[in-house]
Formats: sequence, C-alpha cells, structure tokens
Amino acid sequence: MTTASTTTAEGASGALGAGPRKAGLDAASAQRATYIGYALLAPYALLLLVVFFFPIAKFLLGAVDNRDLPRLLPTTTAVLAGWDGASDVPAAAFAALARDLAEAPSPAAIAVVARRLNYEKSGFRALLVNLGSAVPTGTAEQIKSEMIARNPQWAEPVWWQIIKRESGALTKSFLLSSFDLQQDEAGRIVAKPTDQSIFRYSLYTTISISVAVTLICLLLAFPVAHFLTTLPPRRVGVYMLFILLPFWTSLLVRTSAWIVMLQREGPLNQFLQWTGLTSTPLELLYNRTSVLIVMTHVLLPFMILSIYANMLAIPRDYVRAARSLGGGPISIFFRIYLPQTMPGIGAGCLLVFILALGYYVTPALVGGPRDQMLSSYIAFYTNQTINWGLASALGLVLLVVSGLSYLVITGLTRTRGPLERM
Amino acid sequence: MRGSSITMLERCALVLSRVLSYLVFLFLVLPFVVVIPLSFSSTSMLNYPLPGLSWRWYERFFTLDAWQAAIFNSLYVAGLTVVVSTVLGTLAALGLQRCGPRMQKILALAFVAPMMVPVVLTAVGLFFFFASLGMIGSYAALILSHTIIATPFVVIAVSASLAKFDRTLVRAAQSLGSGPVRTFFSVTMPSIFPGLMSGALFAFAASLDELIITLFIASPAQRTIPRQMFSGVRENIEPTIIAAATVMTIVSVALMSVSILAQKRDAS
Repeated sequence: MTTASTTTAEGASGALGAGPRKAGLDAASAQRATYIGYALLAPYALLLLVVFFFPIAKFLLGAVDNRDLPRLLPTTTAVLAGWDGASDVPAAAFAALARDLAEAPSPAAIAVVARRLNYEKSGFRALLVNLGSAVPTGTAEQIKSEMIARNPQWAEPVWWQIIKRESGALTKSFLLSSFDLQQDEAGRIVAKPTDQSIFRYSLYTTISISVAVTLICLLLAFPVAHFLTTLPPRRVGVYMLFILLPFWTSLLVRTSAWIVMLQREGPLNQFLQWTGLTSTPLELLYNRTSVLIVMTHVLLPFMILSIYANMLAIPRDYVRAARSLGGGPISIFFRIYLPQTMPGIGAGCLLVFILALGYYVTPALVGGPRDQMLSSYIAFYTNQTINWGLASALGLVLLVVSGLSYLVITGLTRTRGPLERM
Repeated sequence: MRGSSITMLERCALVLSRVLSYLVFLFLVLPFVVVIPLSFSSTSMLNYPLPGLSWRWYERFFTLDAWQAAIFNSLYVAGLTVVVSTVLGTLAALGLQRCGPRMQKILALAFVAPMMVPVVLTAVGLFFFFASLGMIGSYAALILSHTIIATPFVVIAVSASLAKFDRTLVRAAQSLGSGPVRTFFSVTMPSIFPGLMSGALFAFAASLDELIITLFIASPAQRTIPRQMFSGVRENIEPTIIAAATVMTIVSVALMSVSILAQKRDAS
C-alpha cells in the first residue's frame, strides 16, 4: 500500500487526478478502471458530440457546400460542362435550364436556386423567378429566342459563366466573399467594389477591439492583482467581492446598467456637467469608447483572477535574493518578477482575447454601426438577410482567428492555457 | 543611501498601485451603485435627483404577464439545466480522472470547448440543428442548449475538487468491503461536494444569463428574463428593466455567497 506522503504528493501534482498509476494495481484492473472512466464520461461526451460538435461542424461546412445547384439544375450543369465559357452560349443550355426549371420539385426549389445564384450576381433572382413563372417550351432554338425576347439579359454570357463556375458540389465564393473578394468572368480572384467591402473592415474591427480590450484589462489588472498579494489574507476577501460581484452578475445586466450610466441625460453626463468639466452633454454611447468601457468592465475580472492566482504562487525568495545581491527595483521588477508572472498574464490575455473575439450582445447594444464585430454579421446573415453560406464562411473565419490566437498567445507566453490548468 | 532610494521608489510604486486599484474597484462597482437606486424612482426618468421613491417598477416586474412568463421560463429552464448538467458534468469529471494522461488532455479540451468557441457559432449551429429536427421553440431544445453552455463549469469545478481528493480513501473503503456505489456516496461525494456545489451554482448562473442561443432557438412565447430585457434595452430602456436587473443582481449575489461559503468549507 502507498504511504500517506506519496498520496498527498500525487494529489497535489495531478491536476484532474493525473498521476502515476498506483504500483499496487495490476494491469488488468488499471484497464478496467479506464473502461469505467470512459463509461462515466460517455453521456456528456455523446451529448457534446451530437448537440455541439456536429451542429457546429455542419454549419461551418456550409461555407463550401454547393450541392443545391448541381442537384436542382442537373441538366444545365451537365450541358454547360461541355461549353468553353468563351464562345456563344449553346442553345442546348437554354433548353436545359428551361427543362430543369420545369421539372423542379417545387416552386420553393426554384427559389433556392434563384437565391443561391443571386449571391453571385444581383439580378439573377429576378431573372430566374420570371423564367420559372412561365417556362418556355419548344425546340432548343425556340426556347433560346423566346428567353432572349422576354429578357435580353439572357443573351449575356455572364449568367451562364456563373452557373458553369458554380456547378460543382463545392464553392469558393462564400469564403472569398468573407474577405471581400470575388471571381470575375475569367475565374480570376479580384477585390469586390469598395461599396460592398465590409468584412475585411469588420474582421479588423473585431481584432482591434479585442486587442484594445485585452491591453486595457492587462494594464488595469496587473496593479490590482499585485495589490491583492500585498494584503494580509484576512483582508483579501473583502476586496475580492469587488471583483467577484461583476464576475457573477449577468452580462446583460451590466450592459444595461452601463447604457443607463452613459445615456445623454444619464448620471455620468449629469455628473460631468455638475463638475463643470463640460457644458453640453457628451455623446458617450453608441461609439467605440462605450464598447471598450463596457467590454473592459465585463472582462476585467477574468484578467485580475488569472494574474492574481499566478502571483500568489510566486515564491518571494527570488526577489529577495536579487535585492540582497544589490539589484535595483526596476531591474528586479523587469528581470525577476515580471517573467515569473508571465503564465498568469498569458492565461488572462488568452481568456480575455478569445472571449472578446466572440462578443455579440455588448457591441450590438452599445456600439455604433462602425463597431459591429464578426459575430453580429454571422447573426445578421442567419436571421435578417438570409445568406447562410456567407454566415458559415464568416463563422469559419471567426473560429480560425480564435484558434490561431490560442496558439499564438500560448506560444508567446509559454502558458499551458486555462484549459490544461483546470 | 542607495537602500533608502530603493524603498522610496518602491513605496511610490506601491502607493500608485494602491490608488489605481481603488479606482479599478470603483469602476467595477460604479454601474451597480449608480444604477440600482434608479429602479426605485417614482417616475420613468433614469437620472438624478430621484423625484420620489416607489416600488412601482418592481410591481410591474413581478405582475406584468410578459415578465411573469419570463421569470417562469428562466427558472424552469435553469432549474432543469442545473440538474442535467450537474449529473453529466460530475460523471464526466469522475471519468476524466480515470483516463490516461494523453486521453485526459484531449478530452479535457473537448469538454470545455463550449466555453471557448464564440457563442454565436454555437447558437447558429444549434439553430440549424434543431430546425432540421423540428425542435425549434421546444423546451427540450432550450434545456439541451443551456446544458451545453453550463456543463463545462461543473466539469471544471468538480475536477478541481477531485484533484485535491485523497484517492486512498476510496481504496480503504473498498478494502473494507464497500461496493462502488456506496463508496461513491459515502466517501467520494462528501469530499467533492463543495466543488459540485459551486459547479451547480455556476451552471445555474450561466443558464439564467444565457441570451444568444435563446434568441436563436426559442419561440416567441419562450421569453426568458435576459431576452425580455434585451428587447426592452433595444427599444427604449425604462425602469422596469432596471428593476429586473436589480433582481438578477440580487440572485447573482446570493449564488456567489453560497459558492464562497461552499469553498470556505472546502478549504477548512
């Protein structure tokens, strides 16, 4: 049997109980313990798989999924596959499109095709819906001249080039759109007209707000965490309440409280005018400043708690030793103390930055039109203007940016990340 | 004289960090201190000085149909979410402890993923998922979604308790002839109880606070308190919302206090 001392050491070393297997256990019972372990975690693992990982993966796959077009326009895509894209559009293509529309399983199917093609070029929806409402019949040549007679736009090869380009089961177009890019007639990747360029700016907004909030939180949290370590343990509790209260309070409660605070006729403006700092009320809401204030308020407790937990664990011996060797306070701080706080800073920055990247409610409520982050656009293209492919592509961008920042921050600060420190 | 100059500089730094800390504490509590009293105003003006005091906004919060439905929905969903997520999360933490170190690392990452993935992605993913099953607007969908958001807190809190738990006790109990179930309830459970409690409290708070997924998958009838507040804040912020926010803050303070007490008991 193990002695008491080894068990305590094991208990302390093993976060999540990771420790060397007990020597007394033979391999078979260790194996059995592992199986019991899998059985215990199976229900939650299954739930996560079905109600978290699967739905998100399926949604993200929507960024490249283009199966609707080849499925609903089978003849057209087959005929256009034999067209070189430069010569005259063959009459067979007109006939094929007419046939596909006539054989569409339902009017809703035509609407799906029309909406999908309209993402590629606006005007496509009207063109197709008009055609679908009265599909011409006859020989291929008759159908072609009838379609062009009804709407001369059909004579332009660009519409056919788009169908040809988008006839595969996968598409690049949503991912390109999420970076304000598109393919031209020849299939080259070009920038979208500037009046349609919003996503690169929104990605920039998302990252710059998150970086700013992380830095502000770090600058404010570091002295607070250090201050807490200088207090006698009895008194820490009281100050901790100041940090834990906002930490536990609903995000929406805090956001609404700030909206009231910052309103034109609100208490802060009253206070500023009362002190004579300003004579007219300031516009404190619906701009970048209010987004930064509220997000800092929401995320600051995470940063303070991360850094404080780390600072508590730093032994004072190093600083004392450095001082007794004659080191100056500034060099001791930068060369001895600060490097030791790096794991806490890393964990705090990681948590704050990644949470900030995904923010939705706060910028939506206290930001202006130029402060909308990627999350808002994902919600917008899911709910308001239905463009699910684009929502998926933007979601993929957001997830990749979050994953990359996780790797970069853990790499830079050599933290193991909050996940592994549990 | 070098020694005294060091202490001078350090003292300045300490004073500065103390002043800054007080300012940060002020910033953290300011919105609560300033805004909560406005919910007792006798008029709908949201500024000072208060023209008079009244309970009318609290009366509206507790008696208006829309708010009553929101209170009921929030408590119903959060109550069931806590039960499901505490059971699943505790089992998962116990199972995680028995895995090999590599498997443990991978699974631990997967188990807390719902906290790290931007909530909008979860919300939109669940929206399409439940729509394909025809479950949009059902309580089952809402509770399952909230469980996804809440369970990581339970896994983390219980795992932290288990890390401190002395496993020899389990073997001692077993060598004395206690079966696995009895051992769990009489030995393991009491020592991880504080962790389980704070996990459950966090799960309850997370569900009460959840807004984004609810916006996507709840039916118009399934208003929760955050959803009701959200639509109010968007249109025109009025004191009933501040009264609701105050009640929510009181609930948070209660949850926080119980959690602190549970952890104190754990430490002693």
